[in-house]
Amino acid sequence: MGGLKVIQPGILSLPQDGGRYGAHGIGLTTGGPLDRNSFRWANRLAGNPEQATAIEVTIGGLVLASNATTLIAVAGAEMPLSINKKPASLWQSYNIYPGDRIELGFAKVGSRAYLAVAGGFQIEPIFNSTSAVPREAIGGLNQDGAPLQANQVLPCNDNDHTQPGYALPENHRPDYSHNSTVLRVVLGYQQDAFSSLQKQMFFSSDYTVTDSSDRMGYRLKGAGISPTISGILSEGICLGAIQVPADGQPIVLMNDRQTIGGYPKLGSILSLDVGNLAQLMPGGKVRFTAISIEQSHNLLALDEYRVNRIELDRLAP
Amino acid sequence: MSNQKHSISIAGENSLIVYFGDRPSDAIASQIAQVSERLRQSIGDVLIDLVPSYASLLVIYKPLQIDHHSVRAAMRVALESLTTAKGQLQGSLVILPVYYSVESGPDLRSLADGAGLSVDEVITIHQQSEYRVYAIGFAPGFAYLGEVDERIAASRLATPRQKVPCGSVGIADRQTAVYPAQSPGGWNLIGLCPQRMFDPKSTPSMPVQVGDRVRFESIDKQAFLALGGEL
Repeated sequence: MGGLKVIQPGILSLPQDGGRYGAHGIGLTTGGPLDRNSFRWANRLAGNPEQATAIEVTIGGLVLASNATTLIAVAGAEMPLSINKKPASLWQSYNIYPGDRIELGFAKVGSRAYLAVAGGFQIEPIFNSTSAVPREAIGGLNQDGAPLQANQVLPCNDNDHTQPGYALPENHRPDYSHNSTVLRVVLGYQQDAFSSLQKQMFFSSDYTVTDSSDRMGYRLKGAGISPTISGILSEGICLGAIQVPADGQPIVLMNDRQTIGGYPKLGSILSLDVGNLAQLMPGGKVRFTAISIEQSHNLLALDEYRVNRIELDRLAP
Repeated sequence: MSNQKHSISIAGENSLIVYFGDRPSDAIASQIAQVSERLRQSIGDVLIDLVPSYASLLVIYKPLQIDHHSVRAAMRVALESLTTAKGQLQGSLVILPVYYSVESGPDLRSLADGAGLSVDEVITIHQQSEYRVYAIGFAPGFAYLGEVDERIAASRLATPRQKVPCGSVGIADRQTAVYPAQSPGGWNLIGLCPQRMFDPKSTPSMPVQVGDRVRFESIDKQAFLALGGEL
């Protein structure tokens, strides 16, 4: 089996597959790609099932040297990509040969990019997933949750035949350049503990992404909102839950969130919007808007329908 | 036995949460186990995961395959079929050693001051109760134990810490727990436990499971270090 050798790991590069499910009962979180849309496109461009193991690169700085004949694709934040010092495009697949050097610079726009390889990186799963969760010390290359380190080799299959290249049509590529996003919210959990005035304030205010935002949660700064209760019996937390601790500053809980917690929650953001939030850089602006549970299901179904109909452009050989 | 004591709320686009009551109890722990089992049987193929906790069960489903009305209906059926037999959760007794001190528990003094007790009294009271493992979550191996004597109950910190050391023993309201790894957290820290609470490479991966009983036993610094504890 060949592989891609890590020359420089970058700021934070983590193997991720579709996520870890069925182990919440012993406290294991979901993990998985923060920006599921870009992750999916990286995999589809590499000819993979959507859940194949790829590398989530945060901010950038990843340098790899290939000792395999394969195909790669990068999708997500605008990190300058080069192959053997020659600029290459995101949202497109490339044939890679032994000796090739793949460099991802630092993101100009957005925060996370996904590097997929044909067949997916061949990593042993733990609790049914390869997703690396550093906080839990679970998953990843050595099953210890650690981010990639220099000199590690990411195993992948050798492909005997070079495959045709594909690109995602430009009109389907997300635009992160505004560094702002609107997050759709399904109200729920302890929403009754927030007065209508508090809710109005929440839905009419701008919030800013703070430096203390990570794969676990995005801490926002803005109009403080105060629920009528300060704590609850700890209970299960779903992806995108909006938690409000006593200081009134909302935290949106992401893929590496705790499975259970005791702060009041107003509801949860739509999963389709989690990736947009994860692409914001510190200082990015966020607004919230409320949708019904029926609308959320419609939006999920429409997105699935839309994505399945997109055809990749076949590149000239 | 389904009645207004059980309420179902939306949690998010693919999750409903059922509340079994305001306070945890052995009976509720048994009901949560029963409902989980029934849901696995009736709609297991469209479930993503279940998250049991003190007095609630979060039901995460596949929203492209089932709508929330149908999940809600399955939950109602499961609740209605609950048996009235009170859950007999015996559970095994696990003793966890703790080095209680101001050095290892940065909130010990403020908690004692807030409670109008001495530091030693807080330490004594914390060891007097036998706790039930009501849930495991927040982090791998994070076992929620209840209930703490109300004299030493304390609200969470207004702003959670970014880093709580591995092994920290904390109190939040009437709950207590041992942090199984370094993580953010808002509990009041009163000591350190040298026993590893989660090891994915050993079987079982945790010294306790839901339903077990736990007692804490004070050890001195020397014993803490001898047991592999780190300060």
